[in-house]
Amino acid sequence: MDEMKKIILEYIADEYLDEDDGDEVSYDSPLISSGIVDSFSMVSLKRFLETKYSIKLSDEEATPEAFDTVNSICRLVDKHQG
Amino acid sequence: MRNIGSYNDRIENFDWDIAKEILDWKEGELLNIGAICSDRICDRGDGKKTALIWEGFGDKIARYTFDDLRLYSNGFAQFLSEQGIQPGDRVCIFMDKIPSLYFSFLGILKLGAIAQPLFSAFGDESLEVRLASAGTRAILTTRKHVRKVRKIKDRLPELEKIIVVEGDPDKLKEGEIFFDVENGPVIEEFDAYHSSPETPSVLHYTSGTTGQPKGALHVHNSVWGQALTSSWVLDLQDDDIYWCTADPGWVTGTSYGIIGPWALGITQCVLDSGFTSSRWYKFIQDNRITVWYSAPTAIRALMKDGNELVSTFDLASLRHLASVGEPLNAEAVIWSGEVFNGLQFHDTFWQTETGSMMITNFPGMEIRPGSMGKPFPGIEAAVLDLATHKPLDEYGKVGLIAFRPGWPSMFRQYWKKPDTYRSKFVGASENAMPDELRTNPDLWYVSGDRASIDKDGYYWFVGRDDDVINTGGHLVGPFEIESALVEHEAIAEAAAVGKPDSVNMEVVKAFVTLKPGFEPSDELELDIMNFIRKRLSPLAMPQEIEYRDKLPKTRSGKIVRRYLRAIEWGEEVGDLSSLSDE
Repeated sequence: MDEMKKIILEYIADEYLDEDDGDEVSYDSPLISSGIVDSFSMVSLKRFLETKYSIKLSDEEATPEAFDTVNSICRLVDKHQG
Repeated sequence: MRNIGSYNDRIENFDWDIAKEILDWKEGELLNIGAICSDRICDRGDGKKTALIWEGFGDKIARYTFDDLRLYSNGFAQFLSEQGIQPGDRVCIFMDKIPSLYFSFLGILKLGAIAQPLFSAFGDESLEVRLASAGTRAILTTRKHVRKVRKIKDRLPELEKIIVVEGDPDKLKEGEIFFDVENGPVIEEFDAYHSSPETPSVLHYTSGTTGQPKGALHVHNSVWGQALTSSWVLDLQDDDIYWCTADPGWVTGTSYGIIGPWALGITQCVLDSGFTSSRWYKFIQDNRITVWYSAPTAIRALMKDGNELVSTFDLASLRHLASVGEPLNAEAVIWSGEVFNGLQFHDTFWQTETGSMMITNFPGMEIRPGSMGKPFPGIEAAVLDLATHKPLDEYGKVGLIAFRPGWPSMFRQYWKKPDTYRSKFVGASENAMPDELRTNPDLWYVSGDRASIDKDGYYWFVGRDDDVINTGGHLVGPFEIESALVEHEAIAEAAAVGKPDSVNMEVVKAFVTLKPGFEPSDELELDIMNFIRKRLSPLAMPQEIEYRDKLPKTRSGKIVRRYLRAIEWGEEVGDLSSLSDE
């Protein structure tokens, strides 16, 4: 789980944040409600998770709440890998 | 009592000067939107009234009075003047919905310069195209977004000033200027530019089927259309707390998120935070919002989160709801009536080019769910035959939505594109110039959308008449996406079309052929998606990419988007005789 958190956080920092802001995001930082990841960009984040972890997330599961922090994303992915 | 009163009476006794009566504006008074929305409200004795209730992410809250608006817009006007910005210069506003966006917009207009607001989620390529087109002289931005400007500034020789209005001044690079209006000198008096009705005010970029985005130029005279529609359609009244959810990077956010309501002296709310349903409901509850103007995409997203969530908030303050951006489906209208104390969203139709509402559902009018409503009084609208371009008199027959030119908020030109402007008018003579076109009552301005009219005069939207993609209420040009796609190292050819989406109406789908040496894969698809998202914007990012060996083309080699689009929508593909056999 710790490895997964690290990978997802790194991906978010690389793709959605600028270089200087990477350190400002932690595993519990709000991503959707803060506007770091908007509803359109959620689609590419979902695609990343599906590709990386060989899972399929339904639209019902991929809610702003489920994607709002690295921790909540990991719980969702973990459930599918379970 | 509704502001509009009887729709039929208004039709019969209409005059745009009613807007001046509502504002108690006398001939000879200063006609400058920046001053009308701030100084004038203070002059009438409402300086202490709340103008803006702002909330940002992380429980940040700020309130500003109309006197604050006056002083801070003066501050921006004075500062820009000291920087050498002149009337007529284009000044871009590129920031999130922070208070300085609103102050600077009014300040730019007070100076007589042209405000060019751009959506802050635009990537550097989208930004560059629009700044280069407009010959923008200065850009106001924040530390968060200035990096995109840095990437492109060397290719923009006309961009002389990069001004950062928020963040840490120590992190600026050489040549950048810091200006924090709230901690700057207080400018009690600023002699606002004595604009004429035809002085340019706002330049909004909008996408078309072909070519890069076009700048729709508006003038200070637009305020009459924006104020009157704010009064009659949004029904804004003195004690209202109003929330327009649109970003001022798009026209709704300036016409109805700044100009219309503040010209009337109305208290507005702004939420600068990511979207979640509970955050939005809480915002309405906490601020006792009475009038709410939103977009179908957001309404459908709220609907998706269910009725139970709505019931956990006290939304009894709401009294009027309206919507814009794309057609509001009947289910969403009916749902809103069920969950918002019987209030249904009133759909409104208009465009970047029209500057103000054109066809709408009026307060007090029977709403026919799924209908666009009826033309605003003073607007002569029609549905034109697709072939002859003559007004249709047959109920239910589909044609092109068109308007007789001449309403106050109408765009005056596409920036430096007179031929494109002319092409929007049916009946225009060759070489007619923008001023002739916009004042000729014998012409029709064609919107680019299709609709039909029922026997009671209600308009029913059918779809676009071109390949432009309407996603989340925003128009995205396929050409811009395709041009960016073929810049990706793996892509040989590309076509972008809209595909159906239950929340956003349409989302972008790309069809691509790959260069030799590249193979289709999920990783490549994700890489292409992120490539477009960062270069253009999240809106333009394809949500699906289909790899093909070849794309359908005409014999002259032009990619046939309509064929691909028809497949996505499950429609008849039509005549394919012009397609190449290869």
